[in-house]
Amino acid sequence: MTAKKCGKTIAAFILCLGLLAGNALAQGQLRFCLRSEPKTFDPLKVEDDASVAVRYLTGGVLLRMNRQTQVLEPELAQSWKVSKDGRQITFKLRSGIFFSDGTPFSADDVAYTVQQLMDPSLHSPTGDSFRSGPGNVETKVISPTQISITFPAPVAGLDRQFDQVAIESAHSPKKEMAVLGPFMVADYKPGATLLLNRNPNYWKTDAQGRKLPYLDSIRLDIQPNRDVEMLRFKRNEIDLINTLDSEYYDRLATTSPQVVHDAGPSLDSEQMWFNEVAKSPLPAYKKSWFRSAVFRRAVSQAINRNDLARVVFRGHAQPAIGPISPANKFWFNAKLKPEVYSSDTALKALQSQGFRMENGTLKDKDGNVVEFSIITNAGNKYRERMATMIQEDLQKIGIHVNVVTLDFPSLIARMTQSFDYEAILLGLTNVGLDPNEQMNVWLSSSENHQWNPQEKTPESSWEAEIDRLMRIQASSADAKKRKEAFDRVQEIAIEEQPFIYLVNRNALSAVSPRVQGASPVILVPQTYWNIERLSVK
Amino acid sequence: MLGRRIARHGLMIIAVVLLGGLLSAVLVRFAPGFDVDEAQLDPHLNSQSIESLRQARVAENNILHFYFHSLQRAMHGDLGTSLSLGQPVTTLLRQRLPLTLRMIGFALLLSWSSALALALTAAWLRFFAYDAAATLVTGTLLCLPAAVLALLSVLWNVPGALAIALIVAPHDYRYARNLLAKAYSLPHIITARAKGLGELRILFWHVLPVAGPQLLAVAGVSVSLAIGAAIPVEALCGLAGVGQLAWQAALARDLPLLMNITILVTLVTLLANSGADVIGHMLRGQEA
Amino acid sequence: MTIWRRVACAVLLLVVGVSLAANWVAPAGYAKEYRDAPDAAPSRAHWLGTDDIGRDRFARVLYGTRISLLLAPAAALLSTLMAALIGGLAGYLGGAWAKSAMAVTDLFLSLPWLFLLITVRALMPLNVSPLVSVLVTFLILGLLGWTSAARVLCSTAGSVRDSDFVRQARASGIRGMRLFWIHVLPNLKPVLYAQFWISIPAFILSEANLGILGLGVAEPMPSWGSLLRELEGMVSVGDEPWKFVPLVLLILVVTSFQLVLSKQEEVAA
Repeated sequence: MTAKKCGKTIAAFILCLGLLAGNALAQGQLRFCLRSEPKTFDPLKVEDDASVAVRYLTGGVLLRMNRQTQVLEPELAQSWKVSKDGRQITFKLRSGIFFSDGTPFSADDVAYTVQQLMDPSLHSPTGDSFRSGPGNVETKVISPTQISITFPAPVAGLDRQFDQVAIESAHSPKKEMAVLGPFMVADYKPGATLLLNRNPNYWKTDAQGRKLPYLDSIRLDIQPNRDVEMLRFKRNEIDLINTLDSEYYDRLATTSPQVVHDAGPSLDSEQMWFNEVAKSPLPAYKKSWFRSAVFRRAVSQAINRNDLARVVFRGHAQPAIGPISPANKFWFNAKLKPEVYSSDTALKALQSQGFRMENGTLKDKDGNVVEFSIITNAGNKYRERMATMIQEDLQKIGIHVNVVTLDFPSLIARMTQSFDYEAILLGLTNVGLDPNEQMNVWLSSSENHQWNPQEKTPESSWEAEIDRLMRIQASSADAKKRKEAFDRVQEIAIEEQPFIYLVNRNALSAVSPRVQGASPVILVPQTYWNIERLSVK
Repeated sequence: MLGRRIARHGLMIIAVVLLGGLLSAVLVRFAPGFDVDEAQLDPHLNSQSIESLRQARVAENNILHFYFHSLQRAMHGDLGTSLSLGQPVTTLLRQRLPLTLRMIGFALLLSWSSALALALTAAWLRFFAYDAAATLVTGTLLCLPAAVLALLSVLWNVPGALAIALIVAPHDYRYARNLLAKAYSLPHIITARAKGLGELRILFWHVLPVAGPQLLAVAGVSVSLAIGAAIPVEALCGLAGVGQLAWQAALARDLPLLMNITILVTLVTLLANSGADVIGHMLRGQEA
Repeated sequence: MTIWRRVACAVLLLVVGVSLAANWVAPAGYAKEYRDAPDAAPSRAHWLGTDDIGRDRFARVLYGTRISLLLAPAAALLSTLMAALIGGLAGYLGGAWAKSAMAVTDLFLSLPWLFLLITVRALMPLNVSPLVSVLVTFLILGLLGWTSAARVLCSTAGSVRDSDFVRQARASGIRGMRLFWIHVLPNLKPVLYAQFWISIPAFILSEANLGILGLGVAEPMPSWGSLLRELEGMVSVGDEPWKFVPLVLLILVVTSFQLVLSKQEEVAA
């Protein structure tokens, strides 16, 4: 063999080694469950949790919020700049990237995606997040790797919003099925399984230059029942449980402590509120109770939140202080103090308003027995238990509570159409950190201003003040100014108690020892946020 | 004569099925929560988007109009589109029906054979300990929630059909046992036994013809029971059948899907029960 | 056999008696929450442990027995009587009556009654008393639970109508409702007893399922159905066998009912 031939052989051998090394960790299938059927694979139309999960796994985004550090990182965009007025964002895109079907990625695709997203007829939650004011969104393709997008009004946290925008191809015949994310939809058996295979054209590599993702595929089983999910995890049929129930956490912790993870308080909260809608079919005396801040605060004081966290959630929750969880370090108002549980204080406050105790029953100044119902969604055992415990707590101050569990559509109908309810116990799932996501909860004119939706004008001075403050934080690009405004919103929320915040649940998860690289966090998706770097043994 | 009877039966079935579809549509339409969508609670949505969610169901507000329009489309093979899953109802049913039919078929076979075997033995032997043991076993199964039986089938890795069979079999057993005991106590059976007639002959020539029509009625009813049992079993075991679909549709108030599933269930129920009636009449030696 | 029936009667009386004496046997009541001991194992203080929010399970079983043991058989009786009237009468009358009645029965079997129940709940005030809620629940179960037995009864009544002794009775001048009540209905008893017996546990379990619609027994009042729902956490129940006590009690009661009824079944046969 000549030296030249020898060199070529060695080069070929090294090339093979390199290819093998590049694929050395590309092995194995990750298996976990979705709790419902994904309604769509079109990332722009995503509304439900299952579709959000699929979008996260398959979609390529310009910017990604690192779920661990909570810092925004470049993805398909290698850099970006937001204008001072918060209306314009300019991206410099990476080059040499292709969709899963080989179609090249360019600024045209970003422009196409944004235009589709902002189509008024789409009505998607992602698109509506960008809709800060009337007018059209303008996209300007400066070059194949540069694009600027201008909004008619400032968008709070503009860059962070792009974490939810998966880029679609403007040219691919496969439309939304051509993806830029680490995985792509390979097979779907409705009601049973969704199989995702690795995207062979995924652009990312690790620090050693190895192609990502490490996994070959992901199998998602449709399994709404948490008991069955737990059973399958124990039998090693699935590799992770993204949100684990408290009692299952404790059971697993006794037998296999290494598989369970408690990442601390999540961003979610459980809360209850009273019906303050003037046109509701409630009797006038009940409306006067519920519209009284003193009454609401007294009820809040009479609820033992420590017990709720300890008993219902087995200690894997913390008493909630306000609308923002302490886990949201930047936006949480650290000056707020937790509500102190005191039946005596609560009773005194009510007595100051003319309420009185008679034979263990509380009556208002007109002699009406203080009795109301709390409705919550059936099937959620935590809420059912919390409602029962609240019933017991309020009984101590003579308030008689009826707990009614309803199927969710009936509950929503009462809450949003007939307003035929007295108190509701539900929860708020916060996907992101920015309080602007709660804009439609705090604005008095909004549909989701749950205790009194769609007020033509704010019915109280404090609601008017909240409206003003929320508009300030939505229109400002100055983080300090936004924080000041929203801190004040939180203070007003504690003073007036339109929502009685109960607990912030901990982010509990379970990960099989088979899975490597997992580091569960509080932000969704808790266990597979770094999916491209997970592998299985 | 037989042809006319079958035609009359057929017309009656069609009329009842159509009425069933209409009634189910009315029930769904006027139940609370019909025209709401969970997505409305998403705080990201603005008021126009929420309004568009509400408008998505406007076509279903006039139920008569919706129903007759659906029937017209059904004549061309279009059963409408599921609102909750965004797929044609035809596709959904085609994908999921085979699994449910197989499961229910197997479950019914298992249920009937075990119930009949147990009931025959109990009625024939008239042995108290045996009867008490059978009562205990069937009573235990009746007392177990369907969800628990479904979860047990997951726990023990047995087919969901077995869970359905365990739900249906106690009903079949109890009725069958009582009917057969009654038949065995008839005077002519006692006479036949006294005259030394063989047990098998007594069973096939004298007992089954008497109890047969009622046993067939029980078998017909058990089809409805099996269909009802399939819903929790499929939902809990993660089986992609029509039962799981029905549960999802009920939670979402998915009118096109629910209406078509009800029509299907009504058809199957009617066919099963009518079939039982026809064979029962033939056994009784009467014209159906 | 007589001794077994006596044992069964004694069991039923004991269960009913102890449940009626719940105020003395478990004076703390079914609602008191021992929040320092949620989901506790059995102990001297709590003979069957506590539930998820610390309520004494033994007390809840006792108080729950009252509701389930009183109302489930009452609802079962109602559904049985309705089945007898509708199915039995239809089979006796035969012809178009039977066909129409059975068509209606089949329709009843197929319709999604879930939505009617949701509507019923919507029509009731939210602050309805637990007693009213429970009564309405079992009344609805009784009114809807007759369909499967009606079909079998129709077939049975049809057979009886065409039997020799009924023909003889008709020939001797007995007709109409008298013939039905005296000669046909007693021969339907085997099916009626079966229907009654099956309905008791079915209604107890259904009551718990109706909780999902806001019907059923409201918190904090217990029922066997709500206690049996604890078994749905199958993954954990294996380690906590005391949670099976309501199931064992229900099986015991249902079996005792059957042993008592079997005397009547023998007489009917």
